[in-house]
Amino acid sequence: MSYFLQQLINGLALGAIYGLIAIGYTMVYGIIGMINFAHGEIYMIGAFVSLITFLVLGLVGISYIPLALTIVLISAVGFTSFYGWTVERIAYRPLRGSFRLAPLISAIGMSIFLQNYVQLLQGARVKTLPPVIQGGFQLMETNGFVVQVSYLQLMIVGVTVALMAGFTVMIAATPLGRAQRACEQDMTMAALLGINVDRTISTTFVIGAALAAVAGMMVTMYYGVIDFFIGFLAGMKAFTAAVLGGIGSLPGAMLGGLLIGLIEAFWSGYFSSAYKDVAVFGILILVLILRPSGLLGRPEIEKV
Amino acid sequence: MTLKLSLVAAALLTLIAGAARAEDIQIAVAGPITGSDAAVGEQMRRGAEMAVADINARGGLLGKKLVLQVGDDACDPKQAVAVANKFAVSGVVFVAGHYCSSTSIPASAVYADAGIIEITPASTNPAYTDGPAQKGWINVFRICGRDDVQGKVAGSYIAQQLKDKPVAIIDDKTTYGKGLADETRKALNAAGVKEAINESINQGDKDFSALVSKMKQAKVGVIYFGGYYTEAGLIVRQAKEQGMNAVLLGGDALVTSEFWKITGASGAGTLMTFSPDPRNVPEAAPVVAEFTKQGYDPEGYTLYTYAAVQSYVAAATQAKTLNIDAVSKALHADKFSTVLGQIGFDAKGDVIGPGYVLFVWKDGKYAEIKS
Repeated sequence: MSYFLQQLINGLALGAIYGLIAIGYTMVYGIIGMINFAHGEIYMIGAFVSLITFLVLGLVGISYIPLALTIVLISAVGFTSFYGWTVERIAYRPLRGSFRLAPLISAIGMSIFLQNYVQLLQGARVKTLPPVIQGGFQLMETNGFVVQVSYLQLMIVGVTVALMAGFTVMIAATPLGRAQRACEQDMTMAALLGINVDRTISTTFVIGAALAAVAGMMVTMYYGVIDFFIGFLAGMKAFTAAVLGGIGSLPGAMLGGLLIGLIEAFWSGYFSSAYKDVAVFGILILVLILRPSGLLGRPEIEKV
Repeated sequence: MTLKLSLVAAALLTLIAGAARAEDIQIAVAGPITGSDAAVGEQMRRGAEMAVADINARGGLLGKKLVLQVGDDACDPKQAVAVANKFAVSGVVFVAGHYCSSTSIPASAVYADAGIIEITPASTNPAYTDGPAQKGWINVFRICGRDDVQGKVAGSYIAQQLKDKPVAIIDDKTTYGKGLADETRKALNAAGVKEAINESINQGDKDFSALVSKMKQAKVGVIYFGGYYTEAGLIVRQAKEQGMNAVLLGGDALVTSEFWKITGASGAGTLMTFSPDPRNVPEAAPVVAEFTKQGYDPEGYTLYTYAAVQSYVAAATQAKTLNIDAVSKALHADKFSTVLGQIGFDAKGDVIGPGYVLFVWKDGKYAEIKS
C-alpha cells in the first residue's frame, strides 16, 4: 500500500509537469487549429533562463529562498513569454490564412532553430544546478518502507493545481477568456464583433509560454540537470498528453499529463523501467483506437 | 573581372598553402566534444593537445611537426563513422579515440580499411579488441582496462565488502553500460551473491523516482550502475531525496567532477572502479604541473589520452617510419615510458599495466580506497 502511495506521488509530480507543458499545445490548437511544435523548445528556454537566473542570484549573493524563487519565476516567465510572443509574431502570424500545413512546417523549423540557437549560445554540455530546496517529510511507514514526499514534489503539484484553478476561472469569467472562446468558435465572426483576433492569439501564445516557463523552472530545480535537447523529449510527451486527453480541451491536457506521469511511474514500479515508454505510447494507441478524439475531446465536426 | 581573377588566385594560393602544410603529420583525437558526455570529451581534447604541444616542442616526430585534428562524435555511432571517414580522407595516421565503446567499435572498421592506428584512451568494452583480434586487424589498441576485468573487481568488492545488503544492477542499454553491468553480474553470481533487482533505463531520461522507489521497496543497499555520469548522478540525487540509504557503485565513466555538480553533497560515498589515479604516477608530475599552471585539473582520461599519443609517437620513432605494419609491430613488441608509467600492449592490443582499484567520492573529489 505504502509502495503504491510512493509511486502515486512520483507519478503525480512527473505528470503535473507534463500537464503544464501540454496546456500550451492544447490551447494553441484550440484557437488556431495548429500544433505548435516549437512549444517543447519554449519550455527548454524557460529551463535555461531559470538556471541562468539562479546562477546570477548565487553570484550576487541572494540566498533568501522565497525571494530567490520569486525573482527566478519573474525572470523565467518574462523572458520565456517574450520568446513565445516572438515565435508567434515571426513564424505563425504571417502564415495565417495560408494553407493548413504551412504553419506546421514553420513550427518545426522554429523548433530546430531554437534548439540550435541555444546549443550555439550555451554550448552542448549538460548544465547543472546544485539542489536549491532539499528535504521533505515522511508521510507514513509500513513494514519498514517509508513514504517520502519531498518539498519540491509538493511544490510542483501545488503550483500546478493553483495554476489550473486560476486558468479555469480565467477562461470562464474574464473578457480575455471570452475572447479566446469566441476565436475558438469562429474567428471571422469574432473579428466582425470587434474582438482583436491577432492580439487574442498572441496572448494565448504568451500564456502557454508562461506555463512552460513555470514547468521549466520546476524541472531545473527538481532534477538539477538540463541541456539544449530536453525540449524534444518533454515536448513529445506533453504533446502525447494533449492528444490523450483530447486536444483542444484544457482539463483534458492536464488529465493526459497526469495519466502519462502515472503510467510511467507505475509501469517502472511494477514491471520494468526499460519498457516504460513502450507502455505509454501503447496506451496512447489504445485510447486513440477506442476514442479517436481523446479522453475529454469532442469529435470535430467539419463545418460546411 | 580583375577582382574576380585575383580572388581565384588567392583561393589557389590558399590551396597550395594547405597542400604544403600536409607535409606535417596529421593525427587526431576523437570523442564526445559535445553532448551529455562532453566533460570527458574535454579531458581527451586537452590531453591530446598538451601531448602534441610537448612533442612538437621536443622536435616533433621523425623530424616533422604533428598537427592535431579534433573530431566530435557526440557518443553517437553514426557520427563516429562519419568522423572516422573524414579522418581517413584527410590523411590522418593515428587517432586517439574514441570514448564510448559504441563509437570506438564501428570507427575501428573504418580505420582498419584506411590503415590508421587507433588507440582508445577510454573504451573498455571487451569486444573492442576481441573483435579485431579475431578478424586479424593490426590497428586497434587500448590504453585503459577492460570491462571483464573491471566488472570482476566491482563484483568481488560487492561480494566481499557489501555482502549483507541486497544489490540492484542497473544499466543504460549502451554498449559500455550494459557490457559492464553484465560482467559485474557474472562476477557477483560467481561469488555466490544473487542480485535483488535487474533494471535498464533510457539514456537521456531525467526522472528515476519510480526506479528509486522500487529499489527502496526491495531494501536495496548497493546499486551497481553500468552507464555514464549524468544518469548516475541523477539516480544518486533522487535516491537521497527519497530518503534511501544506498551506496552507488559505478564504472570508470564517473571520473569527472561534473558528476559531483549533479549530486552535490548527496554524492558523498559513491564508489567507482578506475585504474590507479595517473595523477600520482611519478612520470606524470611535470605534465600535471603544466596542466595545473593552466588552471586545469587533469582528471579522468586526460592523462590517458596524453599517454596514447605518447605511445604512438614512441612506437613510430622506434620504427623510424609511419608505415602501419611497422608501427603496429613496434607497439606490440616494446614497452614505452609514458605518463602512465611503463606500459606495453599484448597480442590483442590490450594494455599490459595496472588493473582496477576502487575510488570513493568525497567533497567533490575522488580518492583511492587503500585496502
